[in-house]
Amino acid sequence: MELVKPAIGLIFWMCVTFSILLFILTKFAWKPILAMIKEREQTIENSLNEANKARAEMSQLVAKNEELLNLAKEERNKILHEAKEAAEKVKTDIVARAQKEAEEKIQMSFREIEIQKKAAIAEIKNSVGLMALEIAEKVIRKELKGNSEQVEYVNKLAKESNLN
Amino acid sequence: MNNTPKSSFKHILTAAFIAVLATFSVSAFAEETAEHHETKTETKFDAGKMIIEHISDAHDWHILGEGEHAVSLPLPVILYSNRGFDCFLSNKFEHGHAAYNGYKLEEQHVVAVNEAGEVDEEATASIIDISITKNVATLLFSVTCLLWIFLSVANAYKRNPNKTPSGMQSFVEPLIIFIRDEVAKPSIGKKYEKFVPYLLTVFFLILFNNLLGLIPIMPGGANLSGNIAFTMVLALITFVITTINGTKHYWHHVFAMPGVPKAVLIILTPIEILGVFLKPFVLMIRLFANMTAGHIIALSFFAMIFIFGEMSAGAGLGVSVVSVAFTVFMGLLELLVAFLQAYVFTLLSAMYFGSALEEGHH
Repeated sequence: MELVKPAIGLIFWMCVTFSILLFILTKFAWKPILAMIKEREQTIENSLNEANKARAEMSQLVAKNEELLNLAKEERNKILHEAKEAAEKVKTDIVARAQKEAEEKIQMSFREIEIQKKAAIAEIKNSVGLMALEIAEKVIRKELKGNSEQVEYVNKLAKESNLN
Repeated sequence: MNNTPKSSFKHILTAAFIAVLATFSVSAFAEETAEHHETKTETKFDAGKMIIEHISDAHDWHILGEGEHAVSLPLPVILYSNRGFDCFLSNKFEHGHAAYNGYKLEEQHVVAVNEAGEVDEEATASIIDISITKNVATLLFSVTCLLWIFLSVANAYKRNPNKTPSGMQSFVEPLIIFIRDEVAKPSIGKKYEKFVPYLLTVFFLILFNNLLGLIPIMPGGANLSGNIAFTMVLALITFVITTINGTKHYWHHVFAMPGVPKAVLIILTPIEILGVFLKPFVLMIRLFANMTAGHIIALSFFAMIFIFGEMSAGAGLGVSVVSVAFTVFMGLLELLVAFLQAYVFTLLSAMYFGSALEEGHH
């Protein structure tokens, strides 16, 4: 029976000391400790989240970079291609124009030559006709004075001997 | 640390040596007492009395020695009776042999005596004994230790916030987190934070005193957590907190369980009301019985040495080997029980809070 009979003294001291213990520990130990633990847990969680986010961002950035690189490469290829094409075009244009100009010049030269030739021939013809006339005049004057039949014949001959 | 056969052999050898040493010292002590008792046959060894003395409260803190030659720390006696206040050190009683200021110690209880040295019944009944007994001293000691430990731990947290715990911090923190996450959170629910400080205080006070009770010499030696007054106060506080925080839903369940026919309620309601008081009562008994039983068993094994020692020295020596082995085993078991009972008390308190806080969800 002695064991199960609570002693008044111990109950009294227990109430007093437990209240003091509970008060002091709650105020100066449990609250700060629990707050610190919570804070640390949150810090750890935040850090982990941030690390995950950073990792995701990093991979995203890498992907983006690659994409950009690919785009740049494509652009470069396109530009190069276009430049080549343009150059080719310019080249062919220049050549074509040069050829055309050359052709035109040649044509012009030919035409000039033709004209010059014609003019020369006409002049030669005239000169030859005149010369022949003079000669013939001189001959006829000398040999056949006033023979119209013969003058006609000479003219006819001159006409026939077209120099073309 | 290293599991080489050589080192483990060394460990076994050390353990065996300690066991043999302990056995011999105990058996030598047993023989000595046996001889002592032979010469004085009137003081025969009484195992029951010895055990009860060890697990009950006392007005002095026994350190070593036996009977007349015992060395103990005197503790202050504080009395209030119809004769007024009185305060003096317990060594004035000379272990129950002398009366002082009209008081005498009888079976570790203070009684009032008259001039002739006879017990004054009327004055004795009026005594309110709030002495600093062995248990009170242990309580004060453990409270001081707990304050020192946890205030320094709190300081450590303040000194290096957001750092990994070190030293005492790393020992205490898992327990604190365990109580918060495994006891308070699942048992109480959303409003658990309000109750965590009480649960932590109760857990560490019980655990510390359970462990202190396992130490046979000063500053241990008292059976505080196995004292019914100690467990009663704690259970009472749990009861008060449960009652204060009881929601409408909780009381509705106690007085009129919803969905139960009126006829059944006549039987059920008294049971439920009884249950409200039974819960803290069981809490009180469980801790008290577990801790006291552990002490009784350990002491019984030692008592066997002396009982057999009284028959013959050889028998005492023989039994002592078995007794020591069993006591070591019991000690290890009690170490487990120390943690377990502190946990169980805290968990059940938390569950009672949880049931009181429960809101209707149907």
